[in-house]
Amino acid sequence: MAITPNGHEPRKFDQFEIEAAREKRKSIPGDLWTKCNECGFMLYTKEFENDLRVCRKCGAHANLNWRERVAITLDEGTFVEHDADLEPVDPLGFPGYAKSVAKYQQRCGIKEAAVCGEGRLLGHPVQFGLTDFNFLAGSMGSVVGEKVTRVLERAAETGMPALIVSGSGGGARMHEGALSLMQMAKASAAAAKLERARVPYLTVLTHPSMAGVQASYASLGDVILAEPGALIGFTGPRVIEQSLRIKLPDGFQSAEFQLEHGMVDLVVPRAELKATLGRLLEFFAN
Amino acid sequence: MLNRFVAAEQPIAELDTKIQELDRILDAQSVPEDALTDAREQRDQLVAQRDDMLRDIFTSLSPWDKVLLARHPQRPYTLDYIQEMCDSFDELHGDRTFGDDPAMVGGIGQLGGRSVVIVGQQKGRNVAERQHRNFGYAGPEGYRKALRLMKLADKFRKPILCLVDTPGAACLQSAEERGISEAIARNQKEMALLGVPVVVVVIGEGGSGGAIGLAVGNKVFMLEHAMYSVIQPEACASIIWRDSTRGAEAAEALKLTAEDALELGIADEILPEPLGGAHRDFGEMARRVKTALVGALDELEKLTPEELIEQRYQRFRKLGRYYEPPREAPAVTEEPAAGAGNE
Repeated sequence: MAITPNGHEPRKFDQFEIEAAREKRKSIPGDLWTKCNECGFMLYTKEFENDLRVCRKCGAHANLNWRERVAITLDEGTFVEHDADLEPVDPLGFPGYAKSVAKYQQRCGIKEAAVCGEGRLLGHPVQFGLTDFNFLAGSMGSVVGEKVTRVLERAAETGMPALIVSGSGGGARMHEGALSLMQMAKASAAAAKLERARVPYLTVLTHPSMAGVQASYASLGDVILAEPGALIGFTGPRVIEQSLRIKLPDGFQSAEFQLEHGMVDLVVPRAELKATLGRLLEFFAN
Repeated sequence: MLNRFVAAEQPIAELDTKIQELDRILDAQSVPEDALTDAREQRDQLVAQRDDMLRDIFTSLSPWDKVLLARHPQRPYTLDYIQEMCDSFDELHGDRTFGDDPAMVGGIGQLGGRSVVIVGQQKGRNVAERQHRNFGYAGPEGYRKALRLMKLADKFRKPILCLVDTPGAACLQSAEERGISEAIARNQKEMALLGVPVVVVVIGEGGSGGAIGLAVGNKVFMLEHAMYSVIQPEACASIIWRDSTRGAEAAEALKLTAEDALELGIADEILPEPLGGAHRDFGEMARRVKTALVGALDELEKLTPEELIEQRYQRFRKLGRYYEPPREAPAVTEEPAAGAGNE
């Protein structure tokens, strides 16, 4: 387990280590102080929340849960959730799956990793979807695929732009086998439908956006934004390093790396995200 | 070629070797006639014995056996099928952006009196070729080449055949730098918009993103001993149990066989393999694949471009299993909510 002695989470890890690291995330009793995962700096929690969970010292963007993400993205009180009652089943009888779904449902207060609905962003109506990394690493099984597809289909039907905030370290969820793989095609086909309908599709890539999700709807936005420092790619860096026995350069697969390689349009700090999305929606609306 | 055997085939390895020995004797000119008759009898006996054993073995294959068969070093690969099935074929190269990926092949050819575009991943047969082809792990240039050829087919209204055989998409620094995830995502999206028939055959390994990036078809066939999986069983085992040697258990859990895929709606039809697997009678396997392809094209060519797009969309739209509580329906309806019908 690659947790460094001083408790920092290194920048390169795979989905399961991230989960393990999150479990270890130390909050000081009373939650008065929060330790930055990246630099270890002690942050006054209230201030940290005010800063949208961005570290004052190093600028690291900590994960947001679905409530926080909705709150910082949409205008207050405008979010109407759709399909909240879609629940995963255990189609393969996969070892431990049903149990861990139940655990995450309880912990996160949602039935699946994806939350979708509609609302307004600086007054612009949007069909909105997000994946919550806290729920099974935001991986895509049947429900996530279905919800994302419905967001895109509703956008195509209503003409409202689609906005999806992706935070998924897991990609396609292995516990649902090839059914998860099929969600990639299903969601991509829905993105194609949206394209034919000439309805704008915006994606925001948050840390981390990898594998099956990145190789599907997350990569298909008309405009693709990324949060600073987010890990974005297909194969996880550790897997590449281990299988090729190489050392990858620092910052490999970071949002900034992807910007440099032409894979994202903009890297936008969280504090400017809403305003940026607003300008984009303004462009499409006018 | 030297015979290679996967675990399930081990019991017949010795018989196979004996049969081959006898074949050599029977082929030789210098053997006296009575010895030949003996040899012939012995051979026929051995063949019958072997085929009995094969039947036994192949009626009780485990998912892991199927994984090993799908990866069998003597299993026919994409170019083998193309060569066997097509009356003519010209391989076309390059993605017009960066390079040519030998792990993905594609081109134009004649199949059963039709002009077709064929694309598919290609594995290598010997060490040098395997490395050259990156073991069938195609990179962004491969997927972009495949898309370029599929768009060419779309433009000139030719049907597209995709032969899927890959352990997964390229796991390379360069693949990441040039956007392997974008290439796979784009392929799926663009394949959803093709106004021509797209028929997919999973001939060996249908490995995760690498497979689906070439598999958004109107009809998806799977060979009997092919596999379709979201992750390699070994990798899955190392994630769940932190032990990559437990691939057999993971293969069981992942439901990756052709029967599983058929049951889950992921495959539309299974193409039976000759006794002992595709590699034991490749000519016959190629004939069966060709027949299936021609049949599928006959059907699909009755659809208009718009209908093809819609049929393909709906084929994938319904995949997935989840629970959705029934809604208060405005009218009496027997239809369950979309997608949830599988539950």
